Amino acid sequence: MASTTAPTKSPSVFTRPTAKTGLWSWMTTTDHKRIGIMYFWTVLVFFALGGVTAWIIRTQLSMAESSVVTEEVYNQAFTLHGLTMVFLVVMPLGAAFFNYLMPLQIGARDVAFPRLNAFSYWVFLFGGLFLYSSALWGAVPNGGWFGYAPLSTQIPGYNMAFYAMGLQIVGISSLAAAVNFITTILNMRAPGMTLMRMPVFTWMTLITNFLLLFALPIIAVALFMLQFDVSFGTQFFQPATGGDPILWQHLFWLFGHPEVYIMILPAMGLVSEVMPTFSRKPLFGYSAMVFAGVAIGFIGFGVWAHHMFTSAVGPVARSAFGLTTMFIAVPTGIKIFNWVFTMWGGKIRFTTAMLFSVGFVSMFTIGGLSGVTHAIVPHDAQQTDTYWVVAHFHYVLFGGALFGLISGIYYYFPKVTGKLLNEKLGKWHFWTWLIGFNLTFGPMHMSGLLGQPRRTAVLPGELGGDVLLYNQLSTIGLLVLTFSALIFLVNLIRSIRNGEASGDDPWDARTLEWSIPSPTPYVNFKDIPVVTARDDFWEKKYAESEDGEVRRIPVGASEDHDDGHDDGMHDSHGNHIHMPDSSWWPLVTPLGMCVLGYGVVFVSPVTIAVGALVMMVGMFGWILEPLAEGDDDVDVDATAGAH
Amino acid sequence: MTAVEQTSLGLDNRKLAMWVFLGSEFMFFGAFITAYLLFVNSTAGGPGVELFDIVYTSISSFVLLMSSLTMVLAHNAHVHGDMRRMQLWILATALQGLVFVGGQAYEFIKFYREGLTLADSPFASSFFVLTGFHGLHVTVGIIMLLGLWAYARIGKVRPDQHTKTEIIGLYWHFVDIVWVLIFVVVYLIPYESV
Repeated sequence: MASTTAPTKSPSVFTRPTAKTGLWSWMTTTDHKRIGIMYFWTVLVFFALGGVTAWIIRTQLSMAESSVVTEEVYNQAFTLHGLTMVFLVVMPLGAAFFNYLMPLQIGARDVAFPRLNAFSYWVFLFGGLFLYSSALWGAVPNGGWFGYAPLSTQIPGYNMAFYAMGLQIVGISSLAAAVNFITTILNMRAPGMTLMRMPVFTWMTLITNFLLLFALPIIAVALFMLQFDVSFGTQFFQPATGGDPILWQHLFWLFGHPEVYIMILPAMGLVSEVMPTFSRKPLFGYSAMVFAGVAIGFIGFGVWAHHMFTSAVGPVARSAFGLTTMFIAVPTGIKIFNWVFTMWGGKIRFTTAMLFSVGFVSMFTIGGLSGVTHAIVPHDAQQTDTYWVVAHFHYVLFGGALFGLISGIYYYFPKVTGKLLNEKLGKWHFWTWLIGFNLTFGPMHMSGLLGQPRRTAVLPGELGGDVLLYNQLSTIGLLVLTFSALIFLVNLIRSIRNGEASGDDPWDARTLEWSIPSPTPYVNFKDIPVVTARDDFWEKKYAESEDGEVRRIPVGASEDHDDGHDDGMHDSHGNHIHMPDSSWWPLVTPLGMCVLGYGVVFVSPVTIAVGALVMMVGMFGWILEPLAEGDDDVDVDATAGAH
Repeated sequence: MTAVEQTSLGLDNRKLAMWVFLGSEFMFFGAFITAYLLFVNSTAGGPGVELFDIVYTSISSFVLLMSSLTMVLAHNAHVHGDMRRMQLWILATALQGLVFVGGQAYEFIKFYREGLTLADSPFASSFFVLTGFHGLHVTVGIIMLLGLWAYARIGKVRPDQHTKTEIIGLYWHFVDIVWVLIFVVVYLIPYESV
């Protein structure tokens, strides 16, 4: 990209991409902002596909003893629904925010490893496509997103091989991102940005990525075992030869429960940014909020067996995990009270972003309460494998994570585009979303308690008219949600095209990312800020007089815009700002990974070898290429250039 | 200008990233080692731990552990700007790695001939997959070392870039440490059949 020094050629198969606009510039970008935006749009597409699978499920269940789709198609639909929503929607939507926001919040010009960041995105995209490409072989995963072995190893065909490899690839994306983000947060904070001055969203990003770092290898091991059992005949989960039928569940949930917090913590971080801004108060109990997040991270690794109360884990494990599960409600409760007290006594503005945040807190509380019922073992034994569980986790993942993330979209849209999302359409979106959501998942509590089994292709007629009614309400709810999602889409497109200009700081916000122009300039910060306080931007905008009155400081609060002579690549002392150049290599390596993946699924050593070779070529090309053309030293670090 | 002084922790970004990544790797091997312990007696009537030749594996383990020493010597030479010795020690490290992987390949073939195959029993599966993944890690390390060696030879890695050697060294030592664990758990501890 814009490097003003004459580029020196480096030996490379590809010419260094230099386009600043157009398709190729996006394909080769290493800019964390653009990567964040690509994550966002990709997620929207996968969300639509997840919606299609939801429609298959809800259509089938809107009638008793229905045969709209076959059991095989139903199994594929609910498996793909879970996989898509967890791995291709909620997790990457969190990653979209990590990418775009976190460097801005800590005062950095990019992440620690810009090309690794691009690599993460492409691996995620190709992993998602890989999973969906299973449809070409008629082998869409059909053993549930949880893929319980040994049952899942008995499914004929390539279905579960695609499941294991697809998740493995998507997991590598998150692992690379976790290493990158942790390094960035720990190492690239602006001067004065101590850990306890970091915005709560950045804190939650840090905790989430540590969870990913330690949870992903466990699912990687489980998936390798499953893959080998399916493709190469190993005996890990096969009871016939002494394999352990419970091992998969342990490994899967040892990943799977931290995964729950991986999905919810980014949303909690976003809500913690939105609430103080629109309550015009600092976040209540900042340190309690941070430590509650850390506590959730730790305890999150010690509760997994509550997913297995009805499996063979024994009474001691049941009691212990019942207790830890109740414990983890404590830090979560701390957070909820902190949000409530943040709003308490504040001058609240109910913008759409704020409405979604309030929606998050209330819906997540309902989901949390139904969650505590799972901690009570006898209760859990009654409700396990019923729609009660489906209701519970949709209240935390849809009512929780998704509400929080959408709140973040409304809040940060001006930061990304310089325009506001339409508030009127936004309110329509919120209310239809809230009603549709409760109409879809609220009745599932009832149908679950009345005994409707989950993961079952046909709604049994003998459950009676009440259960049928609840199911029909759910399907109507999905209709409302679909309508609501369309409003959101229209709002997005209309606002991008000709939304109201937002100015740099439309919400009178508190944190560093709002101190720079909107949309964010290419170099993020013209001058790396020096941070002197928590809510640094607010402290620089406002001063408290002796009588406790808050007054705006007249000038110098916000950074000046370009005066026309500025090429945007120099700081105010005229020093050139080094930014990482675009690169092809982060695209090549994931391609090799996909080829290798097909090789493993179809047990073809030649394909595996070709894939491994492409990966290796990609990596060595990557190593040989300097981060930015003209840098004779690859060690130069994106943030260091200004000094 | 050094990038290190400008990072918040005063640690090179790449070095920190390698430490972070190795944290993840510990969980990876931890899960496989746990599975092995779970299945050590699940031989389904087939051959079990009695196949292991402790003397043979001790020798190849010794070679691998010594490669950590040559890795340290390579890093030391690099820090002192002695690129010729650095290349020599890197090559020595890679060769010892190759000896280890070769020894493992021979061991696998030997076990296979003696009737222990991947799909025989949970014991066989967990043994082959655990040690196989470790071997894969050593192989990746060898590729990195050979790359480093080649780049140092053509001058792409300069004397002041010793952080590169240090980071590859971190990975290499990690792989060695994991092998110490695996060697103890898999080969040394005697297991009573139950």
